[in-house]
Amino acid sequence: MNTLNDLDYGTPARVSAPEAALITVEIDGMQVDVPVGTSVMRAAVDAGVNVPKLCATDSLEPFGSCRLCLVEIEGRRGYPASCTTPCEPGMKVTTQSPKLADIRRGVMELYISDHPLDCLTCPTNGNCELQDMAGAVGLREVRYGYEGDNHLDLKKDESNPYFTYDASKCIVCNRCVRACEETQGTFALTIDGRGFASRVSAGQLDSFMESECVSCGACVQACPTATLTEKTVIMLGQAEHSAITTCAYCGVGCSFKAEMKGNEVVRMVPHKDGKANHGHSCVKGRFAWGYATHKDRITSPMIRSKITDPWKEVSWDEALTYAANEFRRIQAKHGTDSIGGITSSRCTNEETYLVQKLVRAAFGNNNVDTCARVCHSPTGYGLKQTLGESAGTQTFDSVMQSDVIIIMGANPASAHPVFASQMKRRLRQGAKLIVIDPRTTEMVKSPHVQADYHLKLMPGTNVAVITALAHVILEEGLQQEDYIQERCDVKSYAEWKAFVLRPENSPEAMEAITGVPAAEMRGAARLFATGGNGAIYYGLGVTEHAQGSTTVMGIANLAMVTGNVGRDGVGVNPLRGQNNVQGACDMGSFPHELPGYRHISDTTVRNQFEAAWGVTLNAEPGLRIPNMFDAALEGTFMGLYCEGEDIVQSDPNTQHVTAALSNMECIVVQDLFLNETAKYAHVFLPGSSFLEKDGTFTNAERRISRVRKVMPAKAGKSDWEVTVALAEKLGYAMPYKHPSEIMDEIAALTPTFTGVSYAKLDEAGSLQWPCNAEAPDGTPIMHIGEFVRGKGRFLNTQYIATDEKVTMKYPLILTTGRILSQYNVGAQTRRTENSQWHSEDRLEIHPHDAEDRGIREGDWVGIESRAGTTVLRADITERVQPGVVYTTFHFPESGANVITTNNSDWATNCPEYKVTAVQVMPVAQPSQWQQEFKQFTSVQESLLKGESQNEPAVTK
Amino acid sequence: MTFVHVAGGKPDTLIKMVNQIGSFFETMSDVQQAQTDIAKHLRQFWAPRMRHALMAYFDQHGGAEFLKIVSDTLHTRRDAII
Repeated sequence: MNTLNDLDYGTPARVSAPEAALITVEIDGMQVDVPVGTSVMRAAVDAGVNVPKLCATDSLEPFGSCRLCLVEIEGRRGYPASCTTPCEPGMKVTTQSPKLADIRRGVMELYISDHPLDCLTCPTNGNCELQDMAGAVGLREVRYGYEGDNHLDLKKDESNPYFTYDASKCIVCNRCVRACEETQGTFALTIDGRGFASRVSAGQLDSFMESECVSCGACVQACPTATLTEKTVIMLGQAEHSAITTCAYCGVGCSFKAEMKGNEVVRMVPHKDGKANHGHSCVKGRFAWGYATHKDRITSPMIRSKITDPWKEVSWDEALTYAANEFRRIQAKHGTDSIGGITSSRCTNEETYLVQKLVRAAFGNNNVDTCARVCHSPTGYGLKQTLGESAGTQTFDSVMQSDVIIIMGANPASAHPVFASQMKRRLRQGAKLIVIDPRTTEMVKSPHVQADYHLKLMPGTNVAVITALAHVILEEGLQQEDYIQERCDVKSYAEWKAFVLRPENSPEAMEAITGVPAAEMRGAARLFATGGNGAIYYGLGVTEHAQGSTTVMGIANLAMVTGNVGRDGVGVNPLRGQNNVQGACDMGSFPHELPGYRHISDTTVRNQFEAAWGVTLNAEPGLRIPNMFDAALEGTFMGLYCEGEDIVQSDPNTQHVTAALSNMECIVVQDLFLNETAKYAHVFLPGSSFLEKDGTFTNAERRISRVRKVMPAKAGKSDWEVTVALAEKLGYAMPYKHPSEIMDEIAALTPTFTGVSYAKLDEAGSLQWPCNAEAPDGTPIMHIGEFVRGKGRFLNTQYIATDEKVTMKYPLILTTGRILSQYNVGAQTRRTENSQWHSEDRLEIHPHDAEDRGIREGDWVGIESRAGTTVLRADITERVQPGVVYTTFHFPESGANVITTNNSDWATNCPEYKVTAVQVMPVAQPSQWQQEFKQFTSVQESLLKGESQNEPAVTK
Repeated sequence: MTFVHVAGGKPDTLIKMVNQIGSFFETMSDVQQAQTDIAKHLRQFWAPRMRHALMAYFDQHGGAEFLKIVSDTLHTRRDAII
């Protein structure tokens, strides 16, 4: 197990039906009550007795292979394995006897006769279950000697950059194989050979890197010996203390135990009691944290008056004074509304809260926005309009009660891998699956996963599909009429029903638009409406469209019409891309609303904040991110404070963004690295990684979890302290001593955070908002009995084709997505060994489209849109359909957003990343933009380098 | 593309955005409510400079480039928008 100090019950917990009584068993004379189905081994732990074990661990189903956990049971013959024997009422168990001791010593002798006796120099010395068991059974000799056939000379597999597979230390307990199957669901590992020849094998005797292994770490976590060990542990030794914190990557928000030696991370271990991840992890959270100490980190504040000037390292005081003076100068020249701030979903709740407070209170306007603008802002709008709250309705665990699952515009296997593992577990139990996606993702077909329906629609036609599904349900009378009449606004339902039943919304009429056969659509609709608990999971493939908000409403309509909101196993579940998308939105970082999704024009709410903050607030909404760029180009938005967000790489139409930034007078970037935006900045304020600060993140299931500081901030200030210092330089005091005080203020001013505090979070582990008088410990499932808005509201979802039309000149549709090993703009993961899995963005193109253009695998191809051109290498695959091409966007030089356009969602301005009309042709050299990018980057790096070396930098 | 209305300029982005908004609300059977909702949406989500620029262009050039429901909204609900 290799987790320090965690109690291992040996087998998973069982949950009795509420009406079922517990059963009583006797363990070594002690009575213990356990749920039906509990193993004898687990009951023994409940009684305070640890039965020796090796192949058992409580994250995996019992296997019964090691024969170490044998016990005696009164009235039974032989020595049954306690891990595979379920408790029965009145059972009397003896775990220690002379005979059992003999058997166990004998078993251990056999294990140790084929095991290197290098405990003192072994990386898991002091944290090895085999070593522990040798001690527990009192092993004193190995009668067989060590000279017989053995595995001691087997070579290590060092191919994985994060862990070593040392086959000589393997006891073939099968825990790693079972973890790959049960915990992760990848099925990459097996036991090759039989008898003495049995060895763990990745793939078919491949190295780990050559196999299907996704490097989630579940096998390493499960290994009871040093066979699978983190390379950091091999290098540094065992940790001496640890702290529970929250991952800084995706919206699953996994809980981790940061195992430390002084201020150095030895490893990140997924926390068993983490309610979002239950002890599981992915390659990013488990292993890709090395960026926090990467040499590219900038740890000194810097300033320059022009972006062609070399950077000058200065003190915090000088940098903050310069920034504050510049902001005030710009406001004096261009007006109060001429500056603003952008915060990020990578910031903590407390940091985001402070940025919006700084903008509203110290800048004196509402020009604050967050990167959720460009991902899930349509979720906020669409769910507020229909259900009454801008958040997903469920827990992640809810999926284990689902019977039919829709995944729409999301690939959790890549972007939310730990939740995908849980979903796959439910699918292996028999839940049905409908995937709505232009690509054939891993969720459509992978080991033991096969979608019942894959509606392979053309990008940009989500609304047509979602409305057609509703059409079938209503036309065939499959709606839950009682639920609708009781729970929903019947006037809006009547109007929506009449709209949906129009002939033009039928699957047959929509087939030509969506590309989805009507029969498939009808089958999927029937399955969802009649298959039991129906849950809808969706991602940016829904929101990042011109009709993103409309599709979100369509999803809510579909959930309501089938009665699938307000209990376990159902619901509307936005899969948030980054760790704190939900939290950033909750904290009032949108320009039109204060924390808790309350509009800035609401006088009562505004008065509360004015009283708390001691300022008068502007009652009008401010500029959203795309509006800021437009205003910058017109010379009316000239100063920006940007914390933790790389707008140049991540926002659409790169050349539009850089033109806007180039037109501004002062850009202040607060980040870990000189990211693409920082290359256009005038002030650089060093940021702090999640390891260097206290705070909270709120994941996709509204779960507020603590981020805990495990090392000092490398630049001397945590991010929240920087914002506080900037506010003070602007003449607005923010006298917080600790982020807990910021949370106290949030809780006092935000009804859905009532009572939330660090003390309460420490006690509960995590809390799911809304927290209020009725639900002081949070609300795992929302809308039970009644929607937040009262009656659920149906809204018409008219399909309107995007402006990104395919033409002779631009005959293909480009869509984009993420890959498992990299994360968004890649600022973190590109600075880790994760790049071994994905070192460049490629363009996926269907074989037919490739052949038409004379494109071969690996060829350089130019991708031209109405916005710009870039060049990538081609990956010819049937994952994409004819007419559709696809790429990831993790590397700045790829220029994926050079191609994407200014089209955006009608309600929120969320960019339409997912639909861009393009032409793809073979080329021989990088695009003009890429050549200019390379040159610009080179100059900016020299400006940075020149300054740090105190040499004049070359300017042009 | 220009954003804020300046002399001789055209707020293309705003025209496109408001027509997108109009196209969502025009499927509602209650036209008066739809117009109220369009005006409310602009008031709630557009910064004042955007609303003023839109209205300034509408005042000067009329409704030819706008969906009818948008044009009617701008015409009848000026106070709610501004």
